[in-house]
Amino acid sequence: MNLKRIWVVFKARNAEFFRDRAAFGWNFAFPLLIIIGFGLMFDGREFKRFRVGIFPPTAIEQGASEALPPTFLKDRHVIVVPVADREEGENRLSLHRIDLLVDGTSASGAYWMNSSSPNSSLAEKVYLSSYMVGKTPPQRGVTNGPQIRYIDWLMPGILAMNMMFSALWGIGYVIVRYRKNGTLKRLKATPLTAFEYLTAQMLSRIFLIIFTLLVIWVGSDLIFDFHIAGSPLLLLLVFILGGLNLCSIGLIFAARGTSEEFTSGILNFISWPMMFVSEVWFSLEGSSKIVQDFALLFPMTYLLRAARKVMNEAATFADVQGECLVLVTTTLVFLVIGALLFSWNE
Amino acid sequence: MPPILEVRHLKKRYSSVEAVRDVSFSVPPGICFGLLGPNGAGKTTTLEIIEDIIPASGGEVLYRGQPRSRSFREEIGIQFQHTSLLSFLSVRETLETFASLFSNPAAIDDISRRCDLDTIAKQRNDRLSGGQRQRLTLALALINQPSLVFLDEPSTGLDPQSRRNLWSILRELKEEGRTLILTTHSMEEAEYLCDDIAIMDRGTIIASGSPRELIERHGGGSAIILPGHTPLQPLQGMNYSVRRSGGDIVIHTDHVHQGLKELIDRDIALPGMSIHNANLEDVFLHLTGRELRE
Repeated sequence: MNLKRIWVVFKARNAEFFRDRAAFGWNFAFPLLIIIGFGLMFDGREFKRFRVGIFPPTAIEQGASEALPPTFLKDRHVIVVPVADREEGENRLSLHRIDLLVDGTSASGAYWMNSSSPNSSLAEKVYLSSYMVGKTPPQRGVTNGPQIRYIDWLMPGILAMNMMFSALWGIGYVIVRYRKNGTLKRLKATPLTAFEYLTAQMLSRIFLIIFTLLVIWVGSDLIFDFHIAGSPLLLLLVFILGGLNLCSIGLIFAARGTSEEFTSGILNFISWPMMFVSEVWFSLEGSSKIVQDFALLFPMTYLLRAARKVMNEAATFADVQGECLVLVTTTLVFLVIGALLFSWNE
Repeated sequence: MPPILEVRHLKKRYSSVEAVRDVSFSVPPGICFGLLGPNGAGKTTTLEIIEDIIPASGGEVLYRGQPRSRSFREEIGIQFQHTSLLSFLSVRETLETFASLFSNPAAIDDISRRCDLDTIAKQRNDRLSGGQRQRLTLALALINQPSLVFLDEPSTGLDPQSRRNLWSILRELKEEGRTLILTTHSMEEAEYLCDDIAIMDRGTIIASGSPRELIERHGGGSAIILPGHTPLQPLQGMNYSVRRSGGDIVIHTDHVHQGLKELIDRDIALPGMSIHNANLEDVFLHLTGRELRE
């Protein structure tokens, strides 16, 4: 192994990345826009809020109808949506655009709900409970621990998703393109070995991934002031291990083939399930055991579990060593498979 | 002098297609060896097997009498027919990158000057013209000061001036004692540059030797070329091969004087007539019955 040759290819690949302004900008803009979008959408605080339609709109403008309990209208989980009349409200309700419809002029507090919507069912309970004011409620407890905002929970998922796309396409797709257009053949005509080339590609990509991650993190932190409960260095280690793992998956798909379309299809085939079952956007708590077991097939699940444990639960290395071990082991397996399958021109 | 390269019974098969069929030849050091043939003859496949870019289905390649070792790549230079370069690097950065991959690189300034890249050193690869790209790929083939240089259709796509410049660089390389192996379908290029030639057709070598030997052996003598509108009727019964080619009438003869006399005797109008000495194109035509560009 010749380190000088690895360094040369590493430098050349990085220069390509930083000079391709469109791709470079998008690598930063895409995750940042998603984080800002979600932050604004959920106001940085709450994920679950119920949209309650009230008609006629004057019932709200007049400072709350006498028919509606004030506690309900002031509930922070309720978003009041003015609705013209009952017909429009029922239409919106059936389309899941609102979760509950209330007649603001009804002395009996008439309301309509959508029986096919779990949100509607929950909103109904919130509404009915507001009529319990004054009666002795069941004993209530409130957790005193630090509040984990949805954006704090979401952040590692967005970063991991960005890493996944960057690793799979930045290695898998790019190497196939190089093979197709003859760049790899040109490199094969030099003393550079396949191992040196793949190592340089891996190192370059992980460098770019972590660089991108840090820039996005700092940029997002300025806006949302993220809370990292555990060690930032441990979190960085988890992301590095996860990044290497995703790069090694990219290498397997880059090992053979000259069809960019086929490779793109395969990369989509692997990345979309990872995005949905590895808890990028939402937790799998409560989902079926089959889905939860299926999620364990994907390294991204271990990356996100470890990252969230460190970020949200102040986990130590001992707490995440299992996830780290899975990431390291599968990285080595994928690397060996990728190196064995690799071809410069087939 | 022992050959620098020996190719023995080379074969390459792609599923049902036999691209290279039992190709053998040897190349002495310091010469320019040409693989001449039409598109699809198997020249590039043969070359890429020798370069160790693609594996052979059979046969062997010896470099300096030995099977190729890891150091083979340090000692050869390759200019591919089709290649792509890292788009966002400049010409100079590309040269520096490739130079760093070899243990004994040439000085960048020297190679840049030789291939006339000085003025475009800062230009990005994806903004080069066809001729500039060709000069850069030639520079990359020479970046490690190779003793054996492979050039696959090096002048394809070049204007006449650029082609002449390329040929003069290649002649310089030969004068420095480097061995050149090139593929071409241009008989003019082969005749100008090559000391030895192997003519390939349909995956196999159909003739080999120096251009002069091949022309003498297979060229069919000289040719008297008459304009296409010349009537064919008076030409019937001549003791020479008469055929139509590219709109002209071509009469092959070993005795130009006698041929001309016979045409005059038959009252054939000679304005527009030309005399053509046999070349490698005629050799190929004679050997295969087809023109080289078909």
